[in-house]
Amino acid sequence: MNFKTLSLISAVALALPTLGMADPDNDTLVINEEIEIVTKTEPAPHVADALPEVMSGWHFREDETQSMQMDDFDNPGMIFVEKGVDVWNTVEGSEGKSCASCHGAPEEMAGVRAVYPKWNEAAGEVRTIQMQMNDCRENRMGAEPWAYDKGNATPVEALLASVSRGLPVNVAIDGPAKETWEKGKEIYYTRYGQLELSCANCHEQNYGNMIRADHLSQGQINGFPTYRLKNARLNGAHNRFKGCIRDTRGHTFSEGSPEFVALELYVASRGNGLSVEGPSVRN
Amino acid sequence: MADGVKPRVKAPKSAAAGEVVVIKTLISHNMESGQRKDSDGNVIPRSIINRFTAEYNGKMVIDVELAPAISTNPYFEFEAIVPEAGDFKFTWYDDDGSVYEDAKSVAIA
Repeated sequence: MNFKTLSLISAVALALPTLGMADPDNDTLVINEEIEIVTKTEPAPHVADALPEVMSGWHFREDETQSMQMDDFDNPGMIFVEKGVDVWNTVEGSEGKSCASCHGAPEEMAGVRAVYPKWNEAAGEVRTIQMQMNDCRENRMGAEPWAYDKGNATPVEALLASVSRGLPVNVAIDGPAKETWEKGKEIYYTRYGQLELSCANCHEQNYGNMIRADHLSQGQINGFPTYRLKNARLNGAHNRFKGCIRDTRGHTFSEGSPEFVALELYVASRGNGLSVEGPSVRN
Repeated sequence: MADGVKPRVKAPKSAAAGEVVVIKTLISHNMESGQRKDSDGNVIPRSIINRFTAEYNGKMVIDVELAPAISTNPYFEFEAIVPEAGDFKFTWYDDDGSVYEDAKSVAIA
């Protein structure tokens, strides 16, 4: 082996780390220099077999995108949070109430986003935070419910997420929620579409690898609603689920459907222990 | 005035004389390009911020012309020298004739 081949091999060896660019990094996320975000943690027992470590999608993004989330002024998602504050204080419906009439300042809702989706005893179902918001609108405010992941629903969800930032995601999967959680798990591992891909095929077996030109994350939803640079607006979790199933060339469920509610509970539970991060910034 | 327009500025409250400071500005605005059509096929008229300026004590710091290809919620980050205490004045000019303003005072530390 002459010197030339040797140096070629060492050049290839040196280049290898850059080939692994899709791997998650080890940066730490602190928002506004005060809110410390847990972006890597030990998996909860029910995902211990599936993931060695639970990681926020933040680790899979470029430094430039990551830094946008470290300051509220740089985070375009906060524009929608401000819109959410306006909606929060707007009186609507026949009862003459706003969200603030019952709940007070948005900050008083800290911790709420972290435990949703959640079993609702009176209704006898697992509810996402948007379903709960619509329950308030219909039954307490006498107002029209919002369409799922559309209009004002996503900004208000982002507002509730923003006041819970730094608190650990902690959705309950036992008790009455177990049945829905099992259903969500089944959907997670079911192959959909002409490409026959399940959520797990990408987000469990291949996170850290590239899918075409993008990095595959673990598909955690602790950062939702998410501001995406590709469409310059907030994206809800169901909206993203729909996009993923569409990409398998399958017929998707719709936003707010029982299937996606179950899937949201299951996917959220995979991120138990990560901090609430929404509104996050992603590609 | 277009809906939901709100200017925001982040500037230091104080600086050393002659210091270079970073100014960040953002205005929420749809920036409708004028190239799109609605569901009936009619062109949605152009509605963008077409000019942004920043002045310090009446002296122009930056004067930007914006074009229709610029995305929604235009964000500018730039550096400026602060020679003495004074006021930044930021102005955004809308296609519909509206003018949005914001101001920030900088003290000399």
